[in-house]
Amino acid sequence: MSSQEHSAAHVHRDDIGARMGMWLFLFTELILFGGMFILYSVYRYKYPNAFHLAAKELNTIIGTFNTAILLTSSLTMALSITAIQRKQKTLSIFFQMLTIVLAMGFMINKYFEWTAKFHHGIYPGSEILLAKDSGEIIFFGLYYVMTGLHGLHVIIGVVLIAIMMRLTSKGIINNDSYVKLESAGLYWHLVDIIWIFLFPLFYLIT
Amino acid sequence: MSEAITVPQNGKQPSYLEYQGKHKGLLGWILSTDHKRIGILYFIAIMSFFLVGATFGFLMRLELIAPGKTIIDAQTYNSFFTLHGVVMIFLFIIPGIPAIFGNFFLPILIGAKDVSFPRLNLLSWYLYIIGGALAIISILLPGGPIDTGWTFYIPYSIRTNTNVIPALFAAFVLGFSSILTGLNFVTTVHRLRAPGMDWFKMPLSVWSLYSTAWVQVLATPIIGITLLLVIIERTFGVGLFDPALGGDPVLFQHLFWIYSHPAVYIMILPAMGVVSEIIPVFARRTIFGYKFIAMSSVAIALFGSLVWAHHMFTAGMSNTGQFIFSLLTMVVSIPSAIKVFNWTATLYKGSIELATPMLFVLAFIFQFSIGGLTGVMQGILSVDIMIHDTSFIVAHFHYVMFGGTGFGLFAAMHYWFPKMFGKMYNEKISKTAFWFLFVGFNTLYFPMFIMGWLGMPRRYFDYLPEFQTYHVISTVGSWILITGVLLMFGNLYVALRKGKKITERNIWGGETLEWQIETPPIHENFIDIPVVNSTPYQYLQNDEVTINNQEVK
Repeated sequence: MSSQEHSAAHVHRDDIGARMGMWLFLFTELILFGGMFILYSVYRYKYPNAFHLAAKELNTIIGTFNTAILLTSSLTMALSITAIQRKQKTLSIFFQMLTIVLAMGFMINKYFEWTAKFHHGIYPGSEILLAKDSGEIIFFGLYYVMTGLHGLHVIIGVVLIAIMMRLTSKGIINNDSYVKLESAGLYWHLVDIIWIFLFPLFYLIT
Repeated sequence: MSEAITVPQNGKQPSYLEYQGKHKGLLGWILSTDHKRIGILYFIAIMSFFLVGATFGFLMRLELIAPGKTIIDAQTYNSFFTLHGVVMIFLFIIPGIPAIFGNFFLPILIGAKDVSFPRLNLLSWYLYIIGGALAIISILLPGGPIDTGWTFYIPYSIRTNTNVIPALFAAFVLGFSSILTGLNFVTTVHRLRAPGMDWFKMPLSVWSLYSTAWVQVLATPIIGITLLLVIIERTFGVGLFDPALGGDPVLFQHLFWIYSHPAVYIMILPAMGVVSEIIPVFARRTIFGYKFIAMSSVAIALFGSLVWAHHMFTAGMSNTGQFIFSLLTMVVSIPSAIKVFNWTATLYKGSIELATPMLFVLAFIFQFSIGGLTGVMQGILSVDIMIHDTSFIVAHFHYVMFGGTGFGLFAAMHYWFPKMFGKMYNEKISKTAFWFLFVGFNTLYFPMFIMGWLGMPRRYFDYLPEFQTYHVISTVGSWILITGVLLMFGNLYVALRKGKKITERNIWGGETLEWQIETPPIHENFIDIPVVNSTPYQYLQNDEVTINNQEVK
């Protein structure tokens, strides 16, 4: 490491370090979900038929729609970073805004999906669910816990991007220093990639 | 005012203890992002929790002095061993060395002015305090303190009516604190090493803190999600671990140990780093097998992540699974043994000075070897079936965790105390305290090996009269041990108040960077960032003497 780099770190500006820290944090998030993916695979192995039946009850169309929304939001997030690199501040803010709107759209869909399930009496501890096969109870347990925790991450992401919008408009994030926006973007892609795994596991494999 | 102080006086910069930033007094401490001040904040908090945990342990031992009820009833006893475990593990020994001495010395040892993310560092202290507060709240709330054992095994943790949720949430928050510290250290070691300090010129404690930090980052999230799932289970009855609803409690055990076994290495690795740091200084010899010690830290971190199921040999597992985990368990003992051999080889023909830190280190090697070898015994399947859940296990992990990590922490404390505070403690008293601790420790825990072998179950409130002799010896040991603890802390407290002031930079004759800076260190450690050209622990003059002597012979 050259001495220049070192002194640069001392005005608390070390973009490579900041990115490294963010990646480490993303590892922890992946492993957090990894624990649940382990549970999913073990229970899928244990109750293949019940998982098959239960998965049929999920609405593939809403799921597909939500996947499209989330993938698009990852695109707009990436575009906002490119925009700031090209000194187009307003455009960057616009794309960040768009990301938030798409994220909200995802959450609204999720809300309708969950409430529909509640109406059918499928929620942890409900009589209808408890009357079902234990494999189905586990399937819906995993469904609620995993998509719920994912939804929580979407909300955290929205808050994070909102903060980034403020920082961008104040000029703290600019074409010279955009590592914060990049880190928020990385977080958002993580939220996306976890959904990419949740979607087939719950909706597509029946 | 503050400017007047920060300006160098007589060519001397104020130490970090006198330095004044934006805030004064207490705020200057609890809002400081200086890694050294955060280290001291951790020091105070962690040692306070150690005393809390020790009190629970002391009372448990007192209860066990005679069969039947002695001072507390069975339910209270269950809570005490749970709280002893939770406090000692999550609040004392996991953060212990990395949070106190890692924070204080890691940046100095690699020639940096601070860690990579100073504000994150302060945040992790706050998370630690919040976690500690939650743990205390779980004791005080109506419903009674948690009684599941620190492993929170299901179905106990779902069925009991005690305050499980606050205690689990405390461990969850403490996990976050641990992750952030780990993340900070990994980045710091990668990014902030002084010019010239390549990987194999780093002091060995940096290697072990670095390996530990990776385990903290990669293993802790698993316990996070597991505890969260138990909280969800208790709140909503989802059924993921509940056999009545189709869940599998053994899966909880797997997830729990996937973190908690690597956590054992989070606890021991930093202590091994401390030992590698202290031995060359007090043996006046270049460390033997630097690269082997450094790499064995990485190997321990790696293999240690693959042995978790050896905690569950009796919980139902395929023969193949048992075979693989038994084999891996034996494999993981190899890098630890490499370290022990290298340390003893460093001592060989050294000029050994039995100062207090060195005494603790020698005790570490002795006790860690006993703890480690009995660990290999437990890796043998047939033996494990017999001694599973007996006090043999309790003795084993106390030999490793307390006899190892605890003594390593005390060694670090006596080694770096003068550098941290610019005060010297009374060496006579600290050595006396050491002997109390050493004798007390072995009297307390060694009988547990014997009675465990004879069949005394762990975590039992009552026992058969034939075990009483061992229990009495053990309880007497706890009295000796607690005397040593109080004497040691008393001595350090007196040293802080009216100990001999020292400004000498290098009181022990160490060769690492912390001994080249002011005592106590200045605000940003170094006026000029040092350039590092050689490996640490160069005691060539002694090596030459040794070689000459051999030639004469």
